[in-house]
Order: sequence, then C-alpha cells, then structure tokens
Amino acid sequence: MIDVGLGHYLTLGAIIFTIGIVGIFLNRKNIIVILMSIELILLSVNINLVAFSIFLNDLTGQIFTLFILTVAAAEAAIGLAIIVVYYRNSSTIRVEEINSLKG
Amino acid sequence: MLAHAIFFYIFSLIAIVSAIMVTVSKNTVHSVFFLILDFISISCLFIMIGAEFLGMIMLIIYVGAVAVLFLFVVMMLNVAQQKNQWFSARESSKHIPVGLIISTIIFFELIIVIGGWKYKPDLVSSMSLNIDSSISNTHAIGYVLYTDYIHIFQLSGMILLVAMIGAIVLTFRQRSGVKRQSYFSQISRERSDGVELIDVPSNKGVKSDD
Repeated sequence: MIDVGLGHYLTLGAIIFTIGIVGIFLNRKNIIVILMSIELILLSVNINLVAFSIFLNDLTGQIFTLFILTVAAAEAAIGLAIIVVYYRNSSTIRVEEINSLKG
Repeated sequence: MLAHAIFFYIFSLIAIVSAIMVTVSKNTVHSVFFLILDFISISCLFIMIGAEFLGMIMLIIYVGAVAVLFLFVVMMLNVAQQKNQWFSARESSKHIPVGLIISTIIFFELIIVIGGWKYKPDLVSSMSLNIDSSISNTHAIGYVLYTDYIHIFQLSGMILLVAMIGAIVLTFRQRSGVKRQSYFSQISRERSDGVELIDVPSNKGVKSDD
C-alpha cells in the first residue's frame, strides 16, 4: 500500500473510466453531462499513458497524451456547437426527448 | 516515499469522488465545477509523478478552455435547472440495472487485465525514447515533439483548425433585418452608378426627381 506503483495508477484510470461509462449509460436527462463523461474517459486514458510513460521510462506516452488532449479539445468544441444548434432548433437538450433518429 | 503515497491517495480520492459527483449531481453547473476539480487533482498527480509539462498543459487546456466552454454553453442554454436526476427518474428506471451491470463487468475486466499481464522480456531494451533525467521534462518533450513527431504535430494543428471552422460554420446564423456594411459592394461601386452628368440648358433649371 505504501509503495505506489504502476498498478495503483492503472486502477485509478480504470475507476475513472468506469465512472465515465456509468455516466454515459445512466444519464437520461442532460446531454452536456454525457459530453463531460466522455471527457472523463479521455482523462482516464491520459492517466494510463502517463503512468506507463513514467514507470517504463519512455517519453512516447507523454507525446501521445498531448495529441489526445488536442483531439479532446476539438471534440468538445464540435460537440458543444452541435448541442447549441440542436437547442436552437428544438429548444431542448434532454436525452429522453432527442429521439428523432429512432424512426 | 510515504509522502508520495499519502499525496497519491489524497489526490486520487478527490478525483474519484469528483468524477462520481460529475455524473450524479443535480445541477449541471455543479457538474462542470466538479469536472474542474477532477482535472485539477489529476494534473496534481501528473506533476507529482514527474510529468510536469503535461500537468500544466492539462490545467491550461482543460480548466482554462474546455471547462470554461462547458460553463458558457450551460449558462447560455439555460439548462442548469433542468434536473439531472437519474436516481429518481421513474420512466427511465429500466436502464439503471442494465447499465450498472454492464459497467461493473467493464470495471472487473479492466482490473483483471491490470492484475494479470506480464511484460514482454525485451520490452525495455526495444524502447527508443528513454527519459533523460539530466534535463527537465519540458526540455525532453521539446526535443522529440518538433523533430520525431513533427508530422503528427502538424496534423493535430489541422485537427484544431477543422474543429474551429466546424464550430463556426455550425453556430453561424444570418439574422434577417440586421443592417451591416458590405465591403464588396462598397469597393466595387462604379462611377456610373453614383454620378450622373446632366446637360443643363441656360435659364431652365433642372427638375430633380424626388
């Protein structure tokens, strides 16, 4: 317990990943919270990459974390723009009422 | 080593609790605040473990840009009071057991993978980018980011450009009834459009058309 190793960081990443998955599955009210859960999942991936990079003494993981940060920022911008357009058209972003793709 | 362990447990506990609060919090603005707390504690972990450049970049990008963008959208759409209560939602209660079972399975799969894998024997010797401990983390990243990874770096810049153009195109709206200046029609105005020469006979005057 005292000696914090690679497994501790990977477990932390797994816990945060699972919380993000739970947030996507169980959220039925607000689609912005789903976007925040996706950010949590990307954050847990970043934790894994940085922990492997430090404990295996290889810099590649940190470089890839930088690119994941870039993609996450772009994804948040596009997702929020889509949400704004959807709210402007249908004046709701509740998950239960977004069912126009259901047919 | 003891202080390292104590700080690790404190920061990871804060991160896990705030990640839970992001998903279960009733108010969306509170969710964004807990997301900010989560990012800050994870970046403290990064700084503590020795990746200080990534920790600082994480603070700047996530807390400074992404979370503020989320706050803007939440406040602009006025959805903060739409309750986010999946624990007490009656009509969606059939999703909750299935979702919980699937996420528990995912969690235990991840834990099994973490507990049970072994390194390839020649893994460490096959690596190319060993961390040089004599230079700082930022220095080491700068050495490889602009040399070995320059194409991926340019490509991520293109991704950001496409995201910016996409966000502008999606949210741009041409309002009707708003007067605005048109530089093109101003510049392309000809002399014959604006000025008319009239031959005025003497003692007659000109009838102005009004």
